[in-house]
Amino acid sequence: MTHMTYEAVIGLEVHAQLLTRTKIFCPCSTRFGAPPNTNTCPVCLGLPGALPVLNREVVVMAVKAALAFNCRVNPLSIFARKNYFYPDLPKGYQISQFDKPLAEFGHLDLEEDGRPHRVAIKRVHLEEDAGKSIHDGFADSDRYSYIDLNRSGTPLIEIVSEPEIYSPAQAHDYLTRLKVILEYLQVCDGNMEEGSLRCDANVSIRPAGSPTLGTKTELKNLNSFRFLQKALEYEIGRQTRLLQQGGTVTQETRLWSTTEQRTFPMRSKEEAHDYRYFPEPDLPPLVVDTDWQGEIRAGMPELPEEKKQRFVAEYAIPAYDAGVLTTTRALADFFEETATRSGNPKAASNWIMGDLLRDLKEFNLDIESSPISPVQLAELIGCIDSKEVSGKMAKDIFEAMFREKKPARQVIREKGLKQITDPDAIKTVIEDVLVANPKIHEQYKGGKKATLGFFVGQVMKATRGQANPRLVNELLRARLDG
Amino acid sequence: MKIDGARVDYIANLAQLAVTEEERRELIGQMNSILDYVEQLNRLDTSGIEPTTQVVHTTEQNYSWRADQPRSGFSQEQSLGNGPATGSGHFKVPKVISEK
Amino acid sequence: MDLNSLTARKIRGLIERGEASAVEICRAFQDRIREQDPEVQAFLHYDNDFALEQAERIDRMKHAGEPLPELAGLPMAIKDNLLIRGLRCTCGSRILENFVAPYNATVIDRLASAGAVFLGKANLDEYAMGSSTENSAFQPTRNPHSRDHVPGGSSGGSAAAVGAHMAVAALGTDTGGSIRQPASFCGVVGMKPTYSRVSRYGLVAFGSSLDQIGPLAHGVEDIAGILKVISGKDPLDATSLAVDVPDYAGGLGQPIEGLRIGIPREYRQSGVSETVRTRIEAGLKLFQDLGCDLIEVDLPHTDYAIATYYVIAMAEASSNLARYDGVRYGLRIPGQGDLSDMYRESRDAGFGAEVKRRIMLGTFVLSSGYYDAYYLKAQQVRTLIKRDFEAAFQKVDLLVSPTSPTPPFRLGEKTNDPLSMYLSDIFTITANLVGIPGISLPCGRTPEGMPVGIQLLGKHFGEPVVLKAAHAFEQAGGFAP
Repeated sequence: MTHMTYEAVIGLEVHAQLLTRTKIFCPCSTRFGAPPNTNTCPVCLGLPGALPVLNREVVVMAVKAALAFNCRVNPLSIFARKNYFYPDLPKGYQISQFDKPLAEFGHLDLEEDGRPHRVAIKRVHLEEDAGKSIHDGFADSDRYSYIDLNRSGTPLIEIVSEPEIYSPAQAHDYLTRLKVILEYLQVCDGNMEEGSLRCDANVSIRPAGSPTLGTKTELKNLNSFRFLQKALEYEIGRQTRLLQQGGTVTQETRLWSTTEQRTFPMRSKEEAHDYRYFPEPDLPPLVVDTDWQGEIRAGMPELPEEKKQRFVAEYAIPAYDAGVLTTTRALADFFEETATRSGNPKAASNWIMGDLLRDLKEFNLDIESSPISPVQLAELIGCIDSKEVSGKMAKDIFEAMFREKKPARQVIREKGLKQITDPDAIKTVIEDVLVANPKIHEQYKGGKKATLGFFVGQVMKATRGQANPRLVNELLRARLDG
Repeated sequence: MKIDGARVDYIANLAQLAVTEEERRELIGQMNSILDYVEQLNRLDTSGIEPTTQVVHTTEQNYSWRADQPRSGFSQEQSLGNGPATGSGHFKVPKVISEK
Repeated sequence: MDLNSLTARKIRGLIERGEASAVEICRAFQDRIREQDPEVQAFLHYDNDFALEQAERIDRMKHAGEPLPELAGLPMAIKDNLLIRGLRCTCGSRILENFVAPYNATVIDRLASAGAVFLGKANLDEYAMGSSTENSAFQPTRNPHSRDHVPGGSSGGSAAAVGAHMAVAALGTDTGGSIRQPASFCGVVGMKPTYSRVSRYGLVAFGSSLDQIGPLAHGVEDIAGILKVISGKDPLDATSLAVDVPDYAGGLGQPIEGLRIGIPREYRQSGVSETVRTRIEAGLKLFQDLGCDLIEVDLPHTDYAIATYYVIAMAEASSNLARYDGVRYGLRIPGQGDLSDMYRESRDAGFGAEVKRRIMLGTFVLSSGYYDAYYLKAQQVRTLIKRDFEAAFQKVDLLVSPTSPTPPFRLGEKTNDPLSMYLSDIFTITANLVGIPGISLPCGRTPEGMPVGIQLLGKHFGEPVVLKAAHAFEQAGGFAP
């Protein structure tokens, strides 16, 4: 049996909950965590006679996302009903878009080992979320599922990629960039654990270099970046083994099980996926004319790639640093404020990329909850730049600031860490040191200049490291040689 | 004949309708006779004709928008008021076995 | 008080002048219902205290010297597919037998503000699917002019309640003729407005792109008065349009001389019974006497209208009725315990044969592999039909036809032949496919004394012309109340 090499072909379907205050078709709140079935009304409960009315802000947010993914926004898009029965789907259909989605023909640029890789985005469309079925946790959960319709009608966009992703790492990169863009736009909070960002994947494999696609499986339940990568790795391995053993891949939907660390087929229902899509008669076609599109575009914030380039140009920091600093909008804002306030972008970048990110990681914090604010970090940088403290002292001050949540000057004052730059004060210490070490002083006088280092060390020790080392050197030389 | 027993079963399954053997026989006859009548539409050439799914047309200017302003809707009691089976603030349904 | 001659204007006048209180009027109609309805069976249920409370509110306004709203004290029957908060809304279906509406339809809010009094909920074919009201899961309604005949449908309860003077006016809904045909069968006036003229919020959907709510009453003036109240943009219905609502009643009484009235050539071939033909010919003559020009027009795709209509209506219905799954409201039969059993058994026990048939057909025409051949095809033919009407309205102001090809038929006569029941909608369904307004008004009687109705169709938002012509016709023909 020959062992052919296979390559994976992956397409991702991402559902992102939009951050509007109200639902897509009714004025109920989208607030998370309300008591069950309280963010509800005739529309999202699917009561007889209720009708949907579109939330304008949903369209604004969705168009922002579509434009950020370089899509063409259709001037006219059509809502459609996707018909299927499920207890948390109140109307027996989901209002979505089918034939004419909001936007099409976009792309997202990735980078792998410094080489660019463009993934085409097939479409971005609007739809409503279903409610929640709760299968356990109640006394009679063995016999009943519980339905909460608070989430029913939450606005979603579905972002569908073409099958142009070729490894789990690329999929991870794609999803990361997509999430960052949505966060930058402030249209989705990107929280995969709470389900505000959800990802399904289509996976197939084919002999390396083959132009045709193999039979795909659809993976669901990939609700974290780690699960996405693990499930893809597992599934690619499974399909490869199948083909190598002469088997075939069955087209099916599979779920990732976190506990078992494998994918398994979803119990296939008898009914095929015959969703009987047809145009939603209750909603007029959605018109997004070029004027409105332009208005929305004008209101869009700077996106990660643009920001990165601007940071390189404006703050003269390396492209790598700019890349790291723009991974989230919050981090980029943190950097930019620190850089502007301190007037020292390079130092700001170094502190953030080094000490700050390391400490945040150690304490498992994100940048939004950093104990040190940009104002405080800028103050510390100012103290270094004005020679108030040395670089080495600053490291200790930073740690104290981080752990004790105190501003730089307070730490300096409390620990007496202020640098000694007063020549007279240093001269006094120098005299004390010389008096205490007459023998070595004699050696120096005898020409053994290397003993200078010893005296510097002694002065620094006597000042608990607070003396300005450069000044100590200078004054010692003058005293000894003078 | 467009509709046979298997088609009736398939459609009934999609529509979540129970169909008895007798209803099945009746439906085969009635559905076929209605669909035969509908067949006459095929006498018309409709290539290139836009479908009319709605008779009202709107533009961006007179589109029915809703502003993104929350309004309180139903209380839990009102939401569940017509529920045939409820408990702990939820609607209850026979256990869903397969995960979605 | 002669209940038979009351109109909205007269009632308001009686209350305003202190000659009768709203409560007295309400009670008089409640007595009439108690007396007549056991035989006619127009109402599915009513709440007398609820109606009296509304009447009392009007009387309090009167006592306080407040100006009375335009429909003050008007006793109305409301078709039981329109939601009134706190009352059951059954849709004539077992599946909603115990469903209590938790909110008001927009038309109900508007009528309540205008002072109308809701006597009760009127019978209908289950989910408005039918042309005889025999498909009601609870009772057949009988024609007030002959107990052996159907009142038409699906708004048969509304039309019979008005026809039997158990209500002065009513609301019905019209998806393919469901206001106009029963109005014609019961000898009253019924109007389907332009699609998007009246909000559908709170109307239990059957065919969403076809459904419209409209009034039934004894004269065109009441139709105009009620239509004004219920029309206009509703922020809760995205398909309702922000088009100005004229004072419909104010436009009545104008001469209609010179109005161009179109007579569709194709309609003459559509199996119209001799008795109906005779009355309609007399009606046309009346229009001519009023100075109108009669012009023959072509609507070449008329033959395809019924097939087109049923494909679209059934497709939309199959989806609209998916929400009745026994989860959040309505009938639930637990079955063997499996979720799918629960769905099937609830829907099986809850829906009648006609509803199931339409859900099946609607599901089929949307299903994979058949969508293009049926649903898409029908929507394309709908475009052709629309163009026919656009072309006709280039030449004429109104189209006139019989409302129904036959006078009222007997109970049971068509129940076993769904197709022949569908075929009787030939004159009414095109207005729904095209979205134009249509009115049916009395046009004499058959030798047996059964009412015959004549239908006028207008352009989109052409209600003022339709009403003006209808009013002139009923005045000149002696059909006014």
